[in-house]
Amino acid sequence: MNQPLFSVTNLSKKFGKTIACDDISFDLWPGEILGIVGESGSGKTTLLRSIAGLIKPDQATISYQGKNNKLLNIDQMDEPKLRHLQRTEWAFVHQHPRDGLRMNVSAGANIGERLMANGWRHYDDIRKEAIKWLEAVEIDAKRIDDLPRTFSGGMQQRLQIARNLVTNPRLIFMDEPTGGLDVSVQARLLDLLRGLVRDLGLSAIIVTHDLAVARLLSNRLMVMKDGQVIEHGLTDQVLEDPQAAYSQLLVSSILQV
Amino acid sequence: MNEIPPKEPLIETIIEPATQIDPNYNFAYLNEQTKKMIRRALLKAVAIPGYQVPFAGREMPMPYGWGTGGVQITASILTPDDVLKVIDQGADDTTNAVSIRKFFQRTAGIATTLNTAAATVIQTRHRIPEQKLQEGQILVYQVPIPEPLRFLEPRETETRKMHAFEDYGLMHVKLYEDISQHGHIATTYAYPVMVENHYVMDPSPIPKFDNPKMNNNPALQLFGAGREKRIYAIPPYTKVVSLDFEDHPFEIQAWDQPCEICGAEDSFLDEVIMDDQGTRMFVCSDSDYCQSRSEVQS
Repeated sequence: MNQPLFSVTNLSKKFGKTIACDDISFDLWPGEILGIVGESGSGKTTLLRSIAGLIKPDQATISYQGKNNKLLNIDQMDEPKLRHLQRTEWAFVHQHPRDGLRMNVSAGANIGERLMANGWRHYDDIRKEAIKWLEAVEIDAKRIDDLPRTFSGGMQQRLQIARNLVTNPRLIFMDEPTGGLDVSVQARLLDLLRGLVRDLGLSAIIVTHDLAVARLLSNRLMVMKDGQVIEHGLTDQVLEDPQAAYSQLLVSSILQV
Repeated sequence: MNEIPPKEPLIETIIEPATQIDPNYNFAYLNEQTKKMIRRALLKAVAIPGYQVPFAGREMPMPYGWGTGGVQITASILTPDDVLKVIDQGADDTTNAVSIRKFFQRTAGIATTLNTAAATVIQTRHRIPEQKLQEGQILVYQVPIPEPLRFLEPRETETRKMHAFEDYGLMHVKLYEDISQHGHIATTYAYPVMVENHYVMDPSPIPKFDNPKMNNNPALQLFGAGREKRIYAIPPYTKVVSLDFEDHPFEIQAWDQPCEICGAEDSFLDEVIMDDQGTRMFVCSDSDYCQSRSEVQS
């Protein structure tokens, strides 16, 4: 526990003249869930995609404490090794399930893909594992041979989560996992995520614009605006006693029902 | 590359001798620079078995889908001493086979044959001859879609990386889908293979019945995709393994009855509808194999 699991130093990313991420540094400790909040266009998703290796940042030092305590330099890593990491120890849950799922193959194949990519070659074993994970995310095992497009939005999102967790990753990146879902479905998904994260001892980085999601899931919170981190602290601390002007605005703009 | 097997008296009779070359064409239609370019691609393809080498495919005097890729390879490797055989679905007398054979008779003036053993170069569409190929022979395949991952991952940038990184989980997703929907691996043609423990390759739409013949074959196997402008190859004696699952191993097609003409039990059979009463017969798809067996019997 004396080493951060994931550490980002001086990350910058520009798109032409637009600065998406400006000199961002943070650490993620094992078992911790870090929330990144901010308005749209503040660079949250770009930050997430950069650290997860989906896009290349202009400048950054990123290190990850792999299994067997091996310190890995993500920013210097070869692409094959990075991809291997992405499909074994890491997971990425996209905002839109369509980006994270293969829509033209069945739910079982979606869950099995990561297993097969990691060398599983026994059909029955793959199928058993797929059923186990469908049940874990509360999808009826009978739907295993159905295409994801016959699933509701909430089910697709849960399927995407199952597909990602099947290889028992240690670190999961989530980009607005509850975006676009209605409130009751959101609540169930959050419940599910909280349970899974706790049971599996995952660490996670969650990007969201929804402070309620951040409050429920995350231990620590980073507030972003215009590509910069303007506030950083324990979730309760940031939400109860926001220091930066923008954080105050953000917290006060939560709808009270 | 084009070592001719010693000519036996029997073989002499089944080779149709060289014809007059049409003087308006360069030898084998293509110009020498183009052939050189294609040969370079071929050398690279042979050096990296199963790897798809891009090449500057030319327009040929036939539509895409009729074997423009195979014809360009054949044109580039032919020498005046070669004996050419062309088959389409195993048969020498189908439109595609006849027209391509005539094309090279006219533009290259070379000898042709229907006999598998007598040929030095065999251009094929959708079959590997039943008779075992020998060292020195070259089998040229016509390939419609060279990318085995195409229908699962449409991005070419992505599939090329997947090949480079040997990231082939997706290929098994297709086989998984087959089993989950049909109870067994229902892919019967263009069945994906792994070449020399690295590249996953589409063997062109040959029936999976022919897949085992590619493994450790003494002949050189060349694949040409004209529309997609890709060439790949399997050098002689190369390991070619059909993908499968441990509990659903690779199997080839089997028939309940032998060929009704020659009685062969070991060849790929075509179902031929005889009338509108539902009568059908099963016969060898390899016409040369079937004929030579019937001649021996009679």
